[in-house]
Order: sequence, then C-alpha cells, then structure tokens
Amino acid sequence: MRKLLQPILAVVVGLALGLSFTWFAGESPWHILRILGKSAFGSGYDLGMTLFYSTPLIFTGLSVAVPFQAGLFNIGAEGQLTLGALAAAAVGALWPALPWPLAPLLAGLAAFLAGTIWGVIPGWLRAKRGSHEVINTIMLNFIAAGIASYVTLYLLKNPDTQNPETRPIGAGFLIHQFAMFGGAPLSTALPLAMFVAGLVWIVLWRTVVGFEMRAVGQNETAARAAGIDAGRIRILAMALAGGLAGLVGVGEVLGNAGKFRLGFSPEYGFMGIAVALLGRNQPAGVVAAALLFGALHKGTADLDLETEHVTREVSLILQALIILSVSAEGLWSWMKRRGES
Amino acid sequence: MAAETTAAVELRGLTKQFGSVLANAGVNLRVESGTIHGVIGENGAGKSTAMKMLYGIFPPDAGEILVHGRKCAWTSPADAIAAGIGMVHQHFMLAGPYSALDNILLGDEPVRWGVIDRKGARMRLEALSRQYGLPVDLNQPVEQLPVGVQQRVEILKLLYRDAKILILDEPTAVLTPQETNILFQHLKKLRDEGKTIILITHKLKEVMSVTDRVTVLRAGKVTGELPTVQTSPQELANLMVGRKVVLSIEVPPARPRDETALEVAGLSLGGVAGGRHKLSDVNFSVKRGEIVGIAGVEGNGQSELLQAILHPHEPRCRTSGRVSILGEDVTSWPAAKIRDLGVAVIPEDRQREGLLLARPVSENFLLGLQRSPAFSRAGFLLTTKLQAAAAPAIQEYDVRPRELTIPAGKLSGGNQQKLIVAREFQRRPRLLIAAQPTRGVDVGAIEFIHTRIVHARDDGAGVLLVSFELDEILTLSDRILVMYEGRIVAEFRRGEVSERELGLKMAGS
Amino acid sequence: MTAQLLASTLRVSTPLIFAALGGMFAERSGVINIALEGMMLIGAFGAAVGTLVGHSPWFGSACGMAAGLALAAIYGLFVIRLRANQIVAGTAINMLAMGLTPFLCKILYDVTGSTPAIPIGERFQSAPLYLSWALVVVCFLWMKYTPTGLWVSFAGEHPEALDTAGVRVNRVRWIAVLVSGALAGMGGATLSICLSSSFSRNMTAGRGFMALAALIFGKWKPLPTALACLLFGFADAVQIRLQGVPVWGDKPIPVQFIQILPYVVTVLVLAGFVGRSRPPKAIGTPFEKA
Repeated sequence: MRKLLQPILAVVVGLALGLSFTWFAGESPWHILRILGKSAFGSGYDLGMTLFYSTPLIFTGLSVAVPFQAGLFNIGAEGQLTLGALAAAAVGALWPALPWPLAPLLAGLAAFLAGTIWGVIPGWLRAKRGSHEVINTIMLNFIAAGIASYVTLYLLKNPDTQNPETRPIGAGFLIHQFAMFGGAPLSTALPLAMFVAGLVWIVLWRTVVGFEMRAVGQNETAARAAGIDAGRIRILAMALAGGLAGLVGVGEVLGNAGKFRLGFSPEYGFMGIAVALLGRNQPAGVVAAALLFGALHKGTADLDLETEHVTREVSLILQALIILSVSAEGLWSWMKRRGES
Repeated sequence: MAAETTAAVELRGLTKQFGSVLANAGVNLRVESGTIHGVIGENGAGKSTAMKMLYGIFPPDAGEILVHGRKCAWTSPADAIAAGIGMVHQHFMLAGPYSALDNILLGDEPVRWGVIDRKGARMRLEALSRQYGLPVDLNQPVEQLPVGVQQRVEILKLLYRDAKILILDEPTAVLTPQETNILFQHLKKLRDEGKTIILITHKLKEVMSVTDRVTVLRAGKVTGELPTVQTSPQELANLMVGRKVVLSIEVPPARPRDETALEVAGLSLGGVAGGRHKLSDVNFSVKRGEIVGIAGVEGNGQSELLQAILHPHEPRCRTSGRVSILGEDVTSWPAAKIRDLGVAVIPEDRQREGLLLARPVSENFLLGLQRSPAFSRAGFLLTTKLQAAAAPAIQEYDVRPRELTIPAGKLSGGNQQKLIVAREFQRRPRLLIAAQPTRGVDVGAIEFIHTRIVHARDDGAGVLLVSFELDEILTLSDRILVMYEGRIVAEFRRGEVSERELGLKMAGS
Repeated sequence: MTAQLLASTLRVSTPLIFAALGGMFAERSGVINIALEGMMLIGAFGAAVGTLVGHSPWFGSACGMAAGLALAAIYGLFVIRLRANQIVAGTAINMLAMGLTPFLCKILYDVTGSTPAIPIGERFQSAPLYLSWALVVVCFLWMKYTPTGLWVSFAGEHPEALDTAGVRVNRVRWIAVLVSGALAGMGGATLSICLSSSFSRNMTAGRGFMALAALIFGKWKPLPTALACLLFGFADAVQIRLQGVPVWGDKPIPVQFIQILPYVVTVLVLAGFVGRSRPPKAIGTPFEKA
C-alpha cells in the first residue's frame, strides 16, 4: 500500500509546489493545470503526442532503473540514446535499399549496440578503474553530442536542407504508425517499449543474472563473498542500460522523423531519471511514470503559446520537485511515525 | 565524612525503548567516587545503552541521572563532557588519517589568534601522559599506531578534557592478554589518582581482576550489585544468564581423514616495494574431519588470510603463494568456482558480508546458490524449488520467525547467523570456513552453532575456525594455530596449551 | 601565443576553482555535491540579474552567491535533514536550476534564452582570478589551522568521533553545504559577468561536474584541487584556441572534436588517477545518532 501511496503523494506534492511557482509569473496555477490537462489529453492528437513522448521515456526510465538496481547511477542515457538514434539513422542512410522487415530489425539492433557501447564505457571504468559513473556518464553525454554533431554535419549531411540532420533513411526502414491519433507520430515503438519493459522485469526478477545484479546493488561485499563477480555484473548492467536507451532511436528515427535530427531529444535522458525514481526502479512503475511524464511534457509544451510568461521549462521544475519529494527518506519515515503514534 | 556519601554517578530507574525492544527497564546503578566499577552483562543486556544515556548520546525515556549528587538532563555529549564524564567507545572514535594530537583536541581546541594552538596543547598533553604513564607519539596519524596505543589516545582525550569519571566500553576486545594487563595497570593508577572508572565488559575474568564493585545486567534490568571480593565468576555468570550455564559444549575427539581439505603454501600479501606485509609466508593445512582454529588478536592478518583463501586470483588479496582445496590447486580460480567445490563460509561480519538486509529471507537463502542446478536452469531462477528448499531449511536450523518473506534485516543477530549457517550447509560442505561464528549472538544460538560446526566436522568436513574468543578456540579446535603480525607463530594440539601460554603467543612472545 | 594560452588557461580555470573549493567543503564534511552544477548555474543567473540591476559586478556576484546559497539550502534540507540519497537529490537540484533559470529569465526579461548583455564597464575584468587564488590559500589555511576546519574534516571522516567530542555533526555539514553553494554561486558569477557578457541557458555546460572531477583528482585538498582545475582549464583554453586553426595539412580539425576535449580529458584523468585517491570515509552517508 505504502509502495503505491508514496509516489502518488510525491506527484501531488511536486505538482502543487511546482504549479504554485507560476504565481510568480502572474498566472493562476489552476489555469495552468487546466492547460496541462487539455493539451495532454484534449484530443486524439494530443493523446497520441502524450504517448509518443512517453515511449522514449519508458526506454530511458528503464535505462536508469536497471543500473540503479545494480547500485549504479546512469546519468548517461542522453548520450546513449543520441548515439543509438544516430546509429539507426546511419544504417538507414547507408543502406537505404534494405527491405522490410530486415531493415528496421538491423537498424534497431544498431541502435541497441551503439547505446550498449556507450554504456559499457562508464561501466568498465567503474569496475576496472574505480572512477565514478556519475561524472563519467555526464562527460560522455557531452562527448556523444560532439560525435553526433560531427557525423550529422560532416559525414551524413542531408544535402536538401539547411537543418542539422542526416540523409533520410530508406522506405523499408519505416515502422507502422497508428492512424487513430490524428497524425501524431505514435508508432509500434510504444508496444515495443512495453514489451521490453516486460522483458526487463523477467531479467531482473526471474533470471540468475538479474538476481546477481540486485545482490550487487543491495550489498556489494556480500555479493562478492558469495562468489559474484561484481565488476562483470556492473559492466553488464550498464551495457543493458545503454542498449535500452539506444532503443529510443527506434521510435524517433524509424517511427517518426525518418532521419537523425541534431537535438531531437528534449533531455529524455534526464527525464528518465525522474521516471525511474518515481517508478521505484520497477519496470511496471517505469511504464506508469513514463505515461505521467509524457503527459507532463506534452502539457507543458503548449505553455509557451497559451500563456504570457510561463515557459515549458516548468516541466523541469516539476520533475525536480517530484524527484525531491520521492527521495526524501526522512520525510516519509517521519510521516509514518506520525501515522503510527 | 558524612554517613551518606554522594556517589560519583547514580542512575535511578533509567528506562529506554528502541522500537519494540526495551533496552533498559528501570536500571539503578551507584558508582562510588574513586573506584573501578564493573558493569557486566551479555550482548544486548543494555550495558551500552545505559552508558550512552549517562554520556548524553541519547536521553532516557524515564528515570534520572545524578552526577556527584546533582541531577542532570543532558541534551548532548557536550553537556556530559562539561560535567566531567568521558567515554572510551568500543569502536574507537578516532579518524585514522589525522594525527593523535588532532584527534585528542577535537571539539576542545585551544585557540590563539583564530588558529589552533597545537604547540601549547602538545606541551599540556606531554605533561599529562607523563603523569599517568601513557606514552603516545602525538604526531603520528592514528591509523599507524598499534591498537593498544590508540586506546591510550582515547584515554588521553578524556584526561585532556579533565574527565573525573571515565567510562570504558569493552576496552579489551581488541587487546592481547598482555596489553590487557597493561591497560588494567593504567586503570588502577588512574583510580589511585582519584578518577572514577566504569568498566563495561562481558568478560568475567576481567571484572574479577580489576574492579572494586560490579553490577550485573540482564535483559535491560539489574540482576545484582556486589563487591567484587565477595563474589565468584560462577555467581556472576548465573546472574548474567539467569540460569545455570554450561560454559562450553562437549566435543568428542576428532577422527581426521587422510584427505586434505585445505592447504596454503607460502601465502603472502603486501611487502611489495617496501610496504608492510599483511600476510607473510603462511603455511598450513586442514584435514577433512578436523577443526583447525586460528587464534589471534584482531588485526593480525586473519581477515586477510580468509580473503586470500577465498579470492586467491585477486591481486589485492594475495601477492604470492598457493592455495589448494580438496586436492585442486585453486590459486587462479574465481571465487564462485572455489565455492562450488563444496566450500561453505560463515563470514566475519554477517551483515556486511553475508546478507542482503533489505531483501527477504528467501533471497538471502539463495545468495551464492543462485547458479546451482538445484535453483536455476538455463539462466532462469526456479522460484518454486527455492521456496520448497528454503522452508524446511529454516525449520531445521531454527531461524525465527519461520517466514521466508520478511527482510533479513529484521531478524535478530542470532537468527541472521543461523540463516547463514542454513544456507551455507546446503552446499554439503567438505570445507567449512567459520569466522567469528558466534560474535554478537545469544547464548542459545552459540550452543546451536557450535554443535552444528562439530557435526559438520564429524560428517567429514575440514573446518577452519577463526575467532578472537579464546574460549571458542579452546573448546572447538582439534589443532590451534596462532597468528601474529601476518604469520603463523605457533601450533598446538587440543589440550596441549593453556590460555596463558596462548595469550603470550598471541602477543608475539 | 604561449603567454596568451597561459592567460586564457588562468581565466577559464577561475570558475572551476571557485566551484571546486565549494565542493571541497561539502565533500570533506561528508556530503557528496553533485548539485555543484546547478548551484553554479543559478549563481551565474543571479549574478547577471544582480549586475543588470545594481550596475556593479560586486553587487552582482553577491547576488550570485546568494542564489547559490539559497539552492544549497534546499539541497541541505533534503540531504541533511530529510536524509535523501545525495546523488538523487543532487540531480534533482541540477534539474531545478536548469528549469528555474529560463523560467525566471522569461518572467524578468521576456526571453528564455539569455539575459540582456551587461555593458563591459559593469563586468569583472580580472578580480575573480585574483580572488580565486587568494581563496585557495585561505581554504588551505582554514582547513589546516582552524578548529572549524578540523571539524569539517572529522564530519566527513568520522562523524561519530566529532559527535562524541560534543560538536553537532549536522550543524557542521549544514554550514559546509551553504559555503559550498555560495562558492559555486561565485563560480557561476565568474562565468556570466566575467568570462562572458550575459547569462545564457545551461551556460555551465558540465563545469560543475568538472569541478567535482578536479576535486577528486586533487584528493579533496585545496592546492592540488586548484592545480587540477588548471589542467581542465588548460584543456578548455586549448579547445578555444584550436578552433578554426589548421593543424595538419590545410584542414582545421572539426570543431566538434576540439569541443569535446575538456570532457575527454576529464574522463581520462579520473580513469588514471582516482583509484589512488581516498575519499572521506563517511561521504554520502547521512548522520544519525545511534
């Protein structure tokens, strides 16, 4: 019961606090909340967009949750998804003639592998060199952005446009878009994400490797004493994390843009942190939290247009406040004590 | 003198509850000025709790504390320190990388022009250390001092603060018998200079040899207060445990097989590039069907030895030498493969090395066995098989409560240890490595665990027992090896050695 | 050219030095400070706004420090009082700063991207540079020779020892975290009103994390940490210097490869040396009385 109650309370507290900020911008929080609701769920298109944003958040949320279970903090999902999307687009641009369904399969695999590589690096550095993954993943985000920019502008530049994007991928790479959402680019990437979440649950809770990951995350010394190779498990967790983030490329490149666009991600990687924490690092929780944050992202996206002074960055403030409310261990145990006495 | 003298310390009806545990239930204690007063009791009897309240670490729920006849209501140790109370904690309150001087000054630094007057403080401390005969090198980082000297640093810390009442919590846990004697001489000298000393311990012999009076605690209550000269160890033991205790179990003689369970040869750690040796050239073997005990004072290489045996392929655990288990040279094997030979381990620190405290009992039962064919197939866990095996096991090993779903952290120390024994014995051990198997567990669990260890031996396991408790070593071991400064310095057979002689060897002489 | 590069190294190291010294207080006292990045960012914003309002870089930097301090107070509330996981809360604080700065910018100036430009006469020239090195010396002396310096060290190394010596651990940590926020704020101020002419979105670009890396590389000691900041500053200066300069043949190195240089250096440095560096023992663990 408390498991469910705590995140819900955290969302309510975070939203209330965050929305009250909009007083300073001269808007009524109630008005803002209505705008959020309307632009997240107001029409089939809006709902489609909400789900479209939720899709990458499921992947990045899982990408944070898996290493978290193994005692690692992956702030590098942004870099991993950037390279994943870039790899998918590169495959599609270099071999445009590949037929369906081989084409999306290969592109998806490329996305997963590119992300994996970018996850293995900090995992290896942590396991073998002892350097902390938090700083390394952040540095790798910047490095990935540099690489993506170079590849996009120098190697795979789309000659038909001034926009910083790669050449379009072949038609055989495109995956199915659902028609009932008024043109929202919601594709089969969403069911894929949910399916992957199910797989992650099985890995974490029903396999030997998953058990070993959780054991390392709970108590590394005990895991080591039990003969578990903590270093290998950590690298594996980060590899999986990177691959999961890389799969963001499937929805974005194969299901939406048909190419890699520089800066396509509105910090999906960072949002993944909020998603994972709110979802208590459990796959089902991640899916639920991703839906919420997808709605939040879609809702806040219209604030720039609909209000005078409130910007979409409110979304970041809300996420930060929700994370803080979830994380305040002392607050919850204090409330529990109050409840008992 | 008045008929009614005021005591240095008086506790009246002190009560403290932690969650559902009543740690102190109306403790009354009177300590006369200028005496050494022993407070004894088993683990969890409430000795430390009472003393921590006297020292202001937490407030009592009920009852009062009087110091020199004045009622006190501490809000922090600072108040207690100001009232002349000082405490040497069981785990030293010293930060290793900083000098002895800084550790002593901390919180009471003499300041001149805004900076710490280290020179003035050093002169005062040198005078104090001469007065009480407590030599210490004040400039050394504390971590480079021997434990006995670290303890002197702790005592100097109290004297520096002008403490009149000194509380020592289990001060001999980390000392050799010889160092213990030196400490007791210091304590007597301090008493003769007018200090009042409260000695918390669970060792009867120490109480008998150094104290003037003694108070016995059991389950949060005082069960007796006597002058030391009028009591006996047996009486104190009965008051501590509340029933007549058999001080040790009967161990039938061993019938070692002609099969080696464990053999280490030339095992060394450290010593590279002039560094200190943590292990140097350790050689011994353990036959199947015998218990070999490693005696020694904490910090003489026992932990390093265990790590080197269990993780020989890791360079940080072993710099040279070989390890063979059950006839296989395992020096380059990963830990998991070694354990699969049938090696069971009761780790030194069960919470840190043995358990996932936040996870349910069933997952703790699985830890280390997750790859065994009994509980997994093709990389997937067989959860029903796990439940089916774990339930009878915790029954057999008497883990209470008998529930697989509660977190291991909620079990008592003794039950956590029994859970580990239950799990490790699933491996049908041919080699059992038991480190401090009964540290911090209640009397009932001690008997249970000792019996199981002897059974394992009789079923053909070789047992390597590492313990800081001499009684445990002497009771269980068929052979005793003494470890000092990373080497094996002596070997004895059962019954060949007295406790005194063992103590001398443990001190390196 | 060498002199120029040296001067440029010193300049771009300055914000790192402030932030790293700030990080030192928090971490030596036992509190991980991932939130350095956010504190710098909000400090940069506060300083720009303060300078635009008060027409003085001194007033501006005071505002920047106050902003950093305020954010540090929120961080302290969560990690010290409410015992939140320090990395999680630190990340949230960074997001808060990333969201708050454009949000406030829009309210104040009706743009989200950046504040209006600050006239050159109202900006700092080299005062922060001198100040930062003076501060390195002050911090060194403070940690080594004053009681409070000793308390900070013990709060991070053995908080129970400090507590039993009668000093309140969490009070020491609170002060250390607040000092940390103010110094990180000053680092941010150096970015917005000294090295550039306005605040712009996410202008810290990972410098808070680099400061943290410098702190680890410098073994949590003021002088070595400042030297590590110089190393990262040098990578940054080289990066600025190399842009558009042909290095081999006649083609310049693609700008992206140059831009990632400081980040690559950070990763390499951490991988090579952190293994030998020993963090304060109690870092990351909330202090609670037994």
